[in-house]
Amino acid sequence: MSLLASAAVLAVAVYFVVMSVASQVAQQSQDNVLEASARSILDSARFVAGEISLDLPYSALSMLDGVVHERVFYAIRLEEEFLSGYRDLPRATGGKAGTHGFFSAAFLGDEVRIASVQRSVATDMGQRVLQVSVAQTRMGQTQALARISRTSMGIGFGFFLSSVLLAIVVARSTIRPLDRLTVSVSRRGPKDLRPVAAPVPKEMVPLVTSLNSLMKRLKKSLSRSEDFIAEAAHRVRTPLAIVRTKAEVARRRVQDPATRDALSEMIHAIDDSSRTAGQLLDHAMVTFRLDHLSEQDVDLPQLVAETVERQRPVSELKNIHLMTSVLEPWVLKGDPILLQNALLNVLDNAIKYAPDGAQVDIVVKARAGGAVLSVSDTGPGFPEDEMETLTGRFARGGNAGDVIGSGLGLTIAKEVIDAHGGDLNITNIAGAGGCVSFFFPLS
Amino acid sequence: MRFLLFSLVLTAFAQISAAFEIEDQTRFGVEGGAERLRIISTADIAFFEPMVDPFLTAHPDTEIEYVVVSSAELMRALQDENETFDLAISSAMDLQTKLANDGMALRHSSSATLSVPAWAVWNDMLFAFTQEPAAIVISNAGFADLPVPKDRHDLIDLLRNHPDRFRGRVGTYDVRASGLGYLFATQDTRASETYWRLTEVMGALDARLYCCSSDMIDAVASGELLIAYNVLGSYAMNRVGQDAFSIVLPTDFTTVMLRTVLIPKAAASPDLAREFVDHLLVQAHAAPTDGVAAELEQIETSLNRIRIGPGLMVFLDQLKKRAFLSEWTNAILQD
Amino acid sequence: MRFLLIEDNQKLAEAVMDRLGLDGHVVDHAADLQTAWDFAAVSGYDLILLDINLPDGDGRSFLSRHRQAKMRTPVIVLTARSEVSDRVGILDLGADDYMVKPIDFAELEARCRAVLRRRGGEAQNQISLGNLGFDSHSGVLTNGDRDIQLRTRELRLFEIFAKSPGQIFSKSALVERLIFHEDDISENAIEVYVGRLRRHLQGSSVRITTLRGLGYKLEIA
Repeated sequence: MSLLASAAVLAVAVYFVVMSVASQVAQQSQDNVLEASARSILDSARFVAGEISLDLPYSALSMLDGVVHERVFYAIRLEEEFLSGYRDLPRATGGKAGTHGFFSAAFLGDEVRIASVQRSVATDMGQRVLQVSVAQTRMGQTQALARISRTSMGIGFGFFLSSVLLAIVVARSTIRPLDRLTVSVSRRGPKDLRPVAAPVPKEMVPLVTSLNSLMKRLKKSLSRSEDFIAEAAHRVRTPLAIVRTKAEVARRRVQDPATRDALSEMIHAIDDSSRTAGQLLDHAMVTFRLDHLSEQDVDLPQLVAETVERQRPVSELKNIHLMTSVLEPWVLKGDPILLQNALLNVLDNAIKYAPDGAQVDIVVKARAGGAVLSVSDTGPGFPEDEMETLTGRFARGGNAGDVIGSGLGLTIAKEVIDAHGGDLNITNIAGAGGCVSFFFPLS
Repeated sequence: MRFLLFSLVLTAFAQISAAFEIEDQTRFGVEGGAERLRIISTADIAFFEPMVDPFLTAHPDTEIEYVVVSSAELMRALQDENETFDLAISSAMDLQTKLANDGMALRHSSSATLSVPAWAVWNDMLFAFTQEPAAIVISNAGFADLPVPKDRHDLIDLLRNHPDRFRGRVGTYDVRASGLGYLFATQDTRASETYWRLTEVMGALDARLYCCSSDMIDAVASGELLIAYNVLGSYAMNRVGQDAFSIVLPTDFTTVMLRTVLIPKAAASPDLAREFVDHLLVQAHAAPTDGVAAELEQIETSLNRIRIGPGLMVFLDQLKKRAFLSEWTNAILQD
Repeated sequence: MRFLLIEDNQKLAEAVMDRLGLDGHVVDHAADLQTAWDFAAVSGYDLILLDINLPDGDGRSFLSRHRQAKMRTPVIVLTARSEVSDRVGILDLGADDYMVKPIDFAELEARCRAVLRRRGGEAQNQISLGNLGFDSHSGVLTNGDRDIQLRTRELRLFEIFAKSPGQIFSKSALVERLIFHEDDISENAIEVYVGRLRRHLQGSSVRITTLRGLGYKLEIA
């Protein structure tokens, strides 16, 4: 829009400039002809036998009648004395001998341009000023200007059109590399913070330079925060590991049941806080990755099989049997690490809460509208009165401080699935147990 | 005879006692018609009548009042605000031009004015509807044993070689009295220096000076003159009894006068006037069937068509006119 | 089993060595990558436990080198770092599994076993117990012409008995050995697993007898 407006302003400006130049030129040429006419009359003046004789050249007036017919007037005066022509023709006032002047005036119903020239003539009464004024209507000038007006309107309009076209072409060619740049930047993975190397026009070099500098700083700050999280985890986990290990060793060695119970509670507490720390760190990582969601092809059944396999040793420790009875092929776009994390959290819950000897069945079913990944167990299912609460915890940015253990695990899973455009559902299957399912719509 | 007619007209139309002298006057069409057109003209009624008839056929309920005056009187009549005419027709192109130039004419532009040649329209105010060449009329009897001059050089040689035969028997316009004569003379001088030589030769032969073309033609027809210079060719052609004289259009150049019409600013029926102008133009320029135009076409190259425009006003300039007349008088009278 | 523990934190290393020693495992400790590499080059280990943060480099560089050298010893990474950001890299570099500190040793053992099982049983892991065959890595018990895949708790329980035939284990001691994370295994559960093991052992020269009020012991006829 601002492009159109400025083109229009320029076009109008062009129109007025052309018109102004044209009318100046037209005025100039009319003045020139008028002056030539007046001068030819003045030149024919002779002082003969006591009186001014004027042999008015035929061309003096005929030259003023062009293709466009003009009305022509003239007046010849010897100082204040009218000699010939149109007595009432307005005359220029002042002026010295030999000079000339032009002015416009109304005469006999039309606007006329008047040129006056004068020179001194030697008479028997001394030097006297002979003045010749020639006037011409401005029909031709008006018509010419009207023609020029149309032409310059055309020029203005043409200028407008061509500048708009040009602007569009320029904008396109400016935007195209910008688009390429946008595409190349937006296609990048969340961790791809390499400098942009795509060729860009030199006008955009500063943009790209600052973009690259921003990426550099972002990369630095991201790796710093990643390092920070990793470092925090390390700092917390290593002492916990020492304490827990020592506690386990101690529990094996002491015989006093009270001390063993105390040690068991200690280990229990350590595991609790460790898990919470783990999930909080996971949540932070998930949140970070969700903001920079990568779009890889994820083979869902393969991801499920690998994840289940990884959890199998743990489940077997609890005598819980993990099954993958149906794994139908499905590929979706997303972040495999996040998806795996979501599934791990759900599996973790299932293993944690399912009773000894329970079965957990992990299923991938491909349907027309999308894929369903469900984790169902043969346990007691979710307590009906807590279903609501569990769902309530899914709200993003919910009070994570209150949420520990499984709640946060489901929150993480929910956020990951939402970010992939899917749905997470918690149901109890009548006569079977609890079921957590992810739905991934066909993208 | 003209004088007699003049007196008759004066008594017959005493009510148009005006600030100008009327030479002739008539009415065409329906008296008291619904539409009325007043035309002031320098052309004879007989000349004009054929032009007006078709118009009346198309406009049956129209009355046309036609007043014949001299060109000088026509000018005076139009400048007098008491007289309103719807059309002014004159052969005095310079005066017509001056009238138009001075803003005394209405502009008119129509398909008819746009379709005629450029030389026939000036400033959408002045429209030419006839082309009338200035011709040399010679007495057939007088030239029985002499070669007919084809151009001005022939004429000059002839006059110089037979001064006795032509003395007192050469006629031309008195340019001091005739506007048309003045126009022809000034245009001749513009075209060639030959005019002044011819004028001096005629002056040396005691040329007789006339006010009007018709008088000159009469004089040639009667044998009173052997040769008349710058006679309106159209009048000569239309004259009965043509065996008595021959018309020569000089081949060096033939000055052509354009009879023009304008619509005075004070016109009472300007719309009807415009229609009449269109009618005149269409008639005149549609097909050059009449003798003069056809003859002119054959000598197109030597035609010196007087150009309508402000140039014509140069010879109306009082200083210029005074100088010209003084020179002319010196040449023709040779006192 | 023979472990190589690569861990720069001395206290944690000692605790882990203590803990694994309790189960009869032999553990060599390397506090940095160079020492670890020296150990790994000369001794045969069943498993390498690798910490990621080490003073002279990243545990991942050990993984790369380990893989390039085509060493067969499986590696389980013990990391204190976030699972999400490190997991892929660790597994891609050739680790067999990983665990996040603090480590539950029951889980560690289960994972070790799973890893070894995946790698395939090796000859020296085969032990004979009476007329029974037993692969401690794969957890397969061979009873006559029957190959029985023991499940984790059965396996764990059988190993406890098999390592010390004739020794009496109280129910509470067995619970203690089988405990995983914070889960409480009831003494009734021990009875269930013992019952299962007895079914697997039927027809062999090995049996688990109950000593009322004292516990259980494994006897070889």
